[in-house]
Amino acid sequence: MASSIPGSAPAELAAATAAGRSRRTRALALGGGAFVLLLIVVALAAPAIAPHDPIRQSLRARLAAPTLSAADGKAHALGTDHLGRDVLSRMIFGARISLLVGFAAVVVGGLIGATLGIVAGFHGGWTDSTIMTIADAQLAFPFILLAIGIIAVLGPSFLTLIVVIGLSGWVNYARILRSQVLVLRSREFVDAIRALGGSVTRMVSRHILPNVLSSLVVIATLELARAIVLEATLSFLGLGIQPPTPSWGGMVHEGREYLDSAWWISTAPGIVLMVTSIVVSRTGDWLRDLLDPTLRGE
Amino acid sequence: MRGLLPFLGSRLLRAAIALWLVSTVVFVVMRLSGDPVPLLLPPDAPRSEIFRVRAELGLDRPLPVQYAVFLGNALRGDFGRSIHFRQPAFGVVLGYLPATLELGLTAFALAIVIALPIGVISAVRRNSAVDQTAMGLALVGQSAPTFFIGILLILIVSLNLGLLPTSGRESWRHLVLPSLTLGAFAMASIARLTRSSVLEVLRADYVRTARAKGLSEALVVAKHTLKNAAVPIVTITGLQFGTLLGGAVVTETVFAWPGIGRLAIQSIYNRDYPVVQCTVFLSAVLFIVINFCIDLLYGVLDPRVRSS
Repeated sequence: MASSIPGSAPAELAAATAAGRSRRTRALALGGGAFVLLLIVVALAAPAIAPHDPIRQSLRARLAAPTLSAADGKAHALGTDHLGRDVLSRMIFGARISLLVGFAAVVVGGLIGATLGIVAGFHGGWTDSTIMTIADAQLAFPFILLAIGIIAVLGPSFLTLIVVIGLSGWVNYARILRSQVLVLRSREFVDAIRALGGSVTRMVSRHILPNVLSSLVVIATLELARAIVLEATLSFLGLGIQPPTPSWGGMVHEGREYLDSAWWISTAPGIVLMVTSIVVSRTGDWLRDLLDPTLRGE
Repeated sequence: MRGLLPFLGSRLLRAAIALWLVSTVVFVVMRLSGDPVPLLLPPDAPRSEIFRVRAELGLDRPLPVQYAVFLGNALRGDFGRSIHFRQPAFGVVLGYLPATLELGLTAFALAIVIALPIGVISAVRRNSAVDQTAMGLALVGQSAPTFFIGILLILIVSLNLGLLPTSGRESWRHLVLPSLTLGAFAMASIARLTRSSVLEVLRADYVRTARAKGLSEALVVAKHTLKNAAVPIVTITGLQFGTLLGGAVVTETVFAWPGIGRLAIQSIYNRDYPVVQCTVFLSAVLFIVINFCIDLLYGVLDPRVRSS
């Protein structure tokens, strides 16, 4: 409820609250960034951190419950799976897949989206309307169906996965770059650059990218969360990373049969995946509030 | 009703273009997969047999002709014979469709019935414990992976509490967890949007007027707020339907629900490409038809939409 105190008090109060909120958002965004950094460190240092070999099977240690005590000091802190593999170690190595596919897909999607957006913006006409019609259609269509169709015929591989997930996320980049190009195209200095023989590449790198950098960071963060979840989902369906390579989605799938006897196999990687997805997408939200409030509500 | 006919025409054209795009993608992807004939025949089949089947399937003809034939067949619902079921793929997929529709519609209804009141209560009791809990849960529902929500529900509700079955399709009890899982994302989005939409309207001048008239808070919310907050809610509700269709693949796999989503995944494992293609195509058609209907609904409800 809005207060009705006379004078400038409400305005000052509002400004103070806004400043406080923005400080809080900044702290939260930093926390989110720290989380991603931690994940990257874990993924890079996986061989050093993981207590066990993530692929080595041990039939005697099948479905062992989580425990912190072990004779040799190498306990299975998160238990073992149906093949006796250490769940914690597999989860640590799984972070590599999630991040590698996630970041690669963001780059692929970003490159495709940025190129198409710039082309659409500069060319206009039917090139523009074709690209934007496809963008609208794809945004509305449940992409996972198409992904399933493509992976079904090409076969699941690391490269297919990255390309398919990347393709699923180009639209937002295209939109933002297109609108920026449209804004710039109407400005006189662009005509001047053209008249002076400036190249399109130079125009894009000097005048367009700097203007959209903060929007791109926001979109890329949100896309990263989406890509990680999509990879996990495809791996869960058996269409992504193939066993025995550990991936979070694949681990949830493997543990599905043992939910009532060995709940930890699915639950541990699932919770890490869920937390990662929530933290990264929230970080995207916070970054958006900080860097580019105009993107809100899309 | 001025302008409704051109509006209808433009939307119909859009639906047709979308349909054509999807079928073209299906065709291209199909051709990328290479020669399907060796899959259809035993490995020791003689060359003459391979050529005969190639000719029978029309694979020896030029690509544009194959494309035209493919489009014609797709329009007639002919996607070839299922390799696994040994009957027309279209019939197979149609047989699995009712289960998916049942699941999808239940999930959708559940999402609306749960999310709307929660959204309104959260808005009216802003920053209360109820609001904060509900919106926290909604954030989780929006970003947590569907398959893991399903796994958690099975683990907690079925295995630990023993309340509901884990999989299959026999009674209404089998329907509860899958539809909650499938509806989670839509539920979260609708709840969040309802909250912000109602909050927005509560700040409007006419609500202040209603309050100033001395109307009770309940009446203000019921009579002056909900109706005006409805338009964006209807919009997102419509959009959620598409997401639901994609989520069905995952949910059906988690709960062994015998719908077209699970059929698609199993057909991939069986290398039963005609069924995969038919599923993708049919889902696309379903999706496009639903969106077309929603578009029309807007046009009828809100004349401003027609001119855009």
